Amino acid sequence: MIELKDVSKTFTLHNQGSAVIEVINDVSFNVAPGECVALTGASGAGKSTLMRMIYGNYLTQSGSIIIGDLDIVRAKPREVLALRRDVLGYVSQFLRVVPRVPTLDVVADPLRALGVAPDEAQERAKFLLAQLNIPQRLWSLSPTTFSGGEQQRVNIARGFAHAYPAMLLDEPTASLDATNREVVLSLIEDAKERGAAIIGIFHDEAARARVCDREIDVSAFTPSFDTLEQSKVPAI
Amino acid sequence: MTPLLSVQGITKHYGAHIGCADVAFDLYPGEVMGIVGESGSGKSTLLNCLAGHLAPDAGQVVFDTRADGPKDTVTMSEPERRMLGRTDWAFVHQHARDGLRMGVSAGGNVGERLMAVGDRHYGDIRGKATDWLERVEIDAGRVDDRPTTFSGGMQQRLQIARNLVTGPRLVFMDEPTGGLDVSVQARLLDLLRGLVRDMGLSAIIVTHDLAVVRLLADRLLVMKSGRVVEAGLTDQVLDDPQHAYSQLLVSSVLQV
Repeated sequence: MIELKDVSKTFTLHNQGSAVIEVINDVSFNVAPGECVALTGASGAGKSTLMRMIYGNYLTQSGSIIIGDLDIVRAKPREVLALRRDVLGYVSQFLRVVPRVPTLDVVADPLRALGVAPDEAQERAKFLLAQLNIPQRLWSLSPTTFSGGEQQRVNIARGFAHAYPAMLLDEPTASLDATNREVVLSLIEDAKERGAAIIGIFHDEAARARVCDREIDVSAFTPSFDTLEQSKVPAI
Repeated sequence: MTPLLSVQGITKHYGAHIGCADVAFDLYPGEVMGIVGESGSGKSTLLNCLAGHLAPDAGQVVFDTRADGPKDTVTMSEPERRMLGRTDWAFVHQHARDGLRMGVSAGGNVGERLMAVGDRHYGDIRGKATDWLERVEIDAGRVDDRPTTFSGGMQQRLQIARNLVTGPRLVFMDEPTGGLDVSVQARLLDLLRGLVRDMGLSAIIVTHDLAVVRLLADRLLVMKSGRVVEAGLTDQVLDDPQHAYSQLLVSSVLQV
């Protein structure tokens, strides 16, 4: 479902002495339907960068990232948008929404974008919000004023509203209590069962051990900072 | 799929000075494109060339018309272009006063566009006007009041209602949220997003507010000195800008 082949990425900072930072070098791996793969490595190793490259949020300099039958490295913006709408879901660490939009609509939004009827989309949203223990009195309010944990759960509900065939999860269990962590893990297990290919970042080792079938250590593909300082960054 | 708007090599000079140069892109139905850049970068010149308000020195703006399929709007006759401006196109000005008739009632402002495309039944026109005022969250009781009695945010929303009443397929917006306070801006963003999705319309939005494009636009053009220096998915351009100027633009935003 998700195939990475010889993927590399550098950042060029034009306004900081044109420093070139190599972040990912030559990554290749596949994720099959129904499989969950964890990205591991120390903070700064490039886990989130790699995930954002797969989502098309960061540009990839070389190699190919094929999701379904689309190579996201070479796809046109409109093909990436269609892929994100139909095939590829992403639960980021932060919730980004239009102010004043009620939580229920925020969660139902991915389904509405797919053309699902408003009532049906809202039913699904209500089901997910209830499952994630967001009190019903908050559903009609905008999530911008919610606590960190509540926002994270709204974000997860939104990410799981549509049954995406491929999903990217960036720390879905961070800042959650035990009950909600359990709900999220069972959502992930359900998604695997229906055949979704999942790539996740989990700092929570127990969660990782429970839902992930394999681990990929991203730091193996990151040039170490020592060599970087000597060879790549010019004096500013 | 045929692009709704296909732009090639649009160039406009003001004497020796470049307004915009060699701009090209395709816009597909249902897409929202943002154009960002500092003031003087040619954003508004480009928008006015696309919308037929300014004649470009070179280039094509091919629009997929309902009747005859793709047609170059730069070379089409003036009556044809005006007809487009009244039906399939809409233009939301930065200053609501430029897009409204200040001496005519709110209902009249909305109704005028309907009459321009052939509506004659007074009751129907008034009904549609009232319906649209409510859709942009203006109290229906204000239908007979002049826009001069409206606040800036209400005028902007009235301008949007006036533009969308004829069910256009392409909306040009020049800083639609500029000069509005943040709470009105949020309401307007929410409204625009809903309209884009429910009516399936395409839009080109010129703004210098990166937060606005992140929420509204699918794609982004970054302009500098009249040229497009970077184009791509909105979140990709904002999160991983490639060109030196885009990097400067993104890194210059103040965090709230």
